[in-house]
Amino acid sequence: MTDEPMIRIEGLSKAYGEFLALDDVSLTIREGEFFSLLGPSGCGKTTLLRLIAGFNAPTAGTIAIDGKASTGLKANQRPTNMVFQNYAIFPHLDVAENVGYGLKRLRLSRAEEARLVQEALDMVQLPDLGRRRANELSGGQRQRVALARALVMRPKVLLLDEPLSALDKKLREEMQAELRALQQQVGITFVLVTHDQYEALALSDRVAVMFNGRIAQMDTPMQLYQHPVTRQVADFLGGMNFLDSRILDETGERLTVETERFGRLTLAKPAGFAAAGGRATVGIRPERLRVLWDDERAEHEITGTVASRAYFGETTSLAVRVEGLDAPLSIVETNNFGADGLLVGAEIRLAYDPDALVLMSDLR
Amino acid sequence: MTAGATVPAAQSRRWRESDEARGLALISPTLLYAIALLLLPVMIVILYSFWSQDYLTIDRTFTLKNYQEALFQPIYRDLFLRSLSISLVVSVTTVLMAYPIAWYISFHGGRNKNLWLFLVTIPFLTSYLLRVLSWKVILGYEGVLNTGLMASGLIHEPITSLLYNSNAVVITLVHSWVAFAILPIYVSLEKIDRSLIEAGRDLGDTALQSLIRVVLPLSLPGVISAFLIVMIPTVGDYVTPKLVGGKDGVMIATAIQVNFGRAANWPLGAALSVTTMVLVSAAAGMIVLGFRALVRSVR
Repeated sequence: MTDEPMIRIEGLSKAYGEFLALDDVSLTIREGEFFSLLGPSGCGKTTLLRLIAGFNAPTAGTIAIDGKASTGLKANQRPTNMVFQNYAIFPHLDVAENVGYGLKRLRLSRAEEARLVQEALDMVQLPDLGRRRANELSGGQRQRVALARALVMRPKVLLLDEPLSALDKKLREEMQAELRALQQQVGITFVLVTHDQYEALALSDRVAVMFNGRIAQMDTPMQLYQHPVTRQVADFLGGMNFLDSRILDETGERLTVETERFGRLTLAKPAGFAAAGGRATVGIRPERLRVLWDDERAEHEITGTVASRAYFGETTSLAVRVEGLDAPLSIVETNNFGADGLLVGAEIRLAYDPDALVLMSDLR
Repeated sequence: MTAGATVPAAQSRRWRESDEARGLALISPTLLYAIALLLLPVMIVILYSFWSQDYLTIDRTFTLKNYQEALFQPIYRDLFLRSLSISLVVSVTTVLMAYPIAWYISFHGGRNKNLWLFLVTIPFLTSYLLRVLSWKVILGYEGVLNTGLMASGLIHEPITSLLYNSNAVVITLVHSWVAFAILPIYVSLEKIDRSLIEAGRDLGDTALQSLIRVVLPLSLPGVISAFLIVMIPTVGDYVTPKLVGGKDGVMIATAIQVNFGRAANWPLGAALSVTTMVLVSAAAGMIVLGFRALVRSVR
């Protein structure tokens, strides 16, 4: 294996008239990596995927796939295959013909082609559906056929355009696990487009979070969740309590801030940090605040009043009004200590770990 | 009032409010119209075809001699063959010309699709007769084509083989019917999910392979209906052969007209009509099957 990445994208832009769908994006994806493009609809993630697939030509920038400059190549000339959002199963062909569609071009013997098709169908756990028509398949089966049809081509890169968004929750979770296992089994580089942050976090080796045609942050799921660089990224990846703070001291990599109720904190500066007018945003995830029961003590405590509560079965979400803070703190408690018994108006104490607080740029 | 009396009343009200009843009510004007002006006349024609003409009266005893004549008289056999072959040539040519136009409008029409479709239907704003006659002006001895070619020096005397033969009939019919072929093909092309084409390209198709393996099979219903829409009426076309066909362009409709008119042999005319209908239906069926087989072979 060489150091050359599987996909190298430099300065890629795509404009549709006046609208800049993709704005000067650069990234590299390693061989065998499960990479996700995450963002709200219209953020440019699908545009980027279609540029990698070769369905559209970029306005500026270059794409190299497997060390080969690919910017001007059409979809049929690239070592990539795609699983479409609507699966795009050919309605005039049966399942085996769908899966074997791309193999026809290779002029294999009939037996060899049938063997590869069967192998692909076995891999996606549809061994007996070869003769079925596209319109006789369920959503999950269509998804598997689309996967088999792409994987049978042994692509260098498999592109997945929101492949699970049309499935119901239970099936989606099942397919997520299967997709991850499949990727590890075949060892192909996967590029997944999704707007579901849990899907991206659960499946990927690395995630690029995109807003307005740009990559806001690109990192491992854990780094992204625990150390979002902007308020926008933090917000998209789940709940976050944002706290306005005053900057006291700035030393190279670190910043010392004064935050109401949480006191004086020295925190690492995120990449590309820019302070505005001597103020900065500090955040803490709801699950990093813990309710203290009875006479339990903690080194760092805050007292507040329950303003509202929402019961989710295994967890309860509380909004806790704390004197001196503009917005109530939202916290998530698992229900094994009795958080489901807390009533609105109850006085509670919260514990936190100062390491759980992160500094973010104030980009919304 | 007893329970026994209310049940049928409720039932009939329920029937009157059912989907079935509403559907029937909606189609009944059209249905009555179709029965009165299509089904009944056809039945009468079929009835007549089994009778015979006895000078000025109709002999109503059952006979097959009209069919014998229609199928075995060389003149009628030739006319059937010519009508079928002209209409086949017309349909093939029309579909071949219509497909690229429909494809262009559907795939490259952009925002102007409706404008393009409107332009396609513009010839219908003039009368059918006028359009046929205009081909006389174009193809005639001193027509636009001949004088144009003479003026450009490409030919020195007018080409006489342009008008009054089966080629003239084909040219005129293709022009008359091409819009009818464009519309069904366009509709079936519009219905193709564009991601299917992309999926084909993604799996290695060149632009041409994608046309043959994805676009063509999926637009087949449109192609078949375009073919039938053109073929079925052109077999029995009467006006065009009469105006531009000359003696080599005579088709079966002329013979039918003669039997119902001057020759005054309604039963034979009826038998010729029924035979035409059966032949057209058989040809149409074979063409549908042929298209399907063709598409299966290119998968």
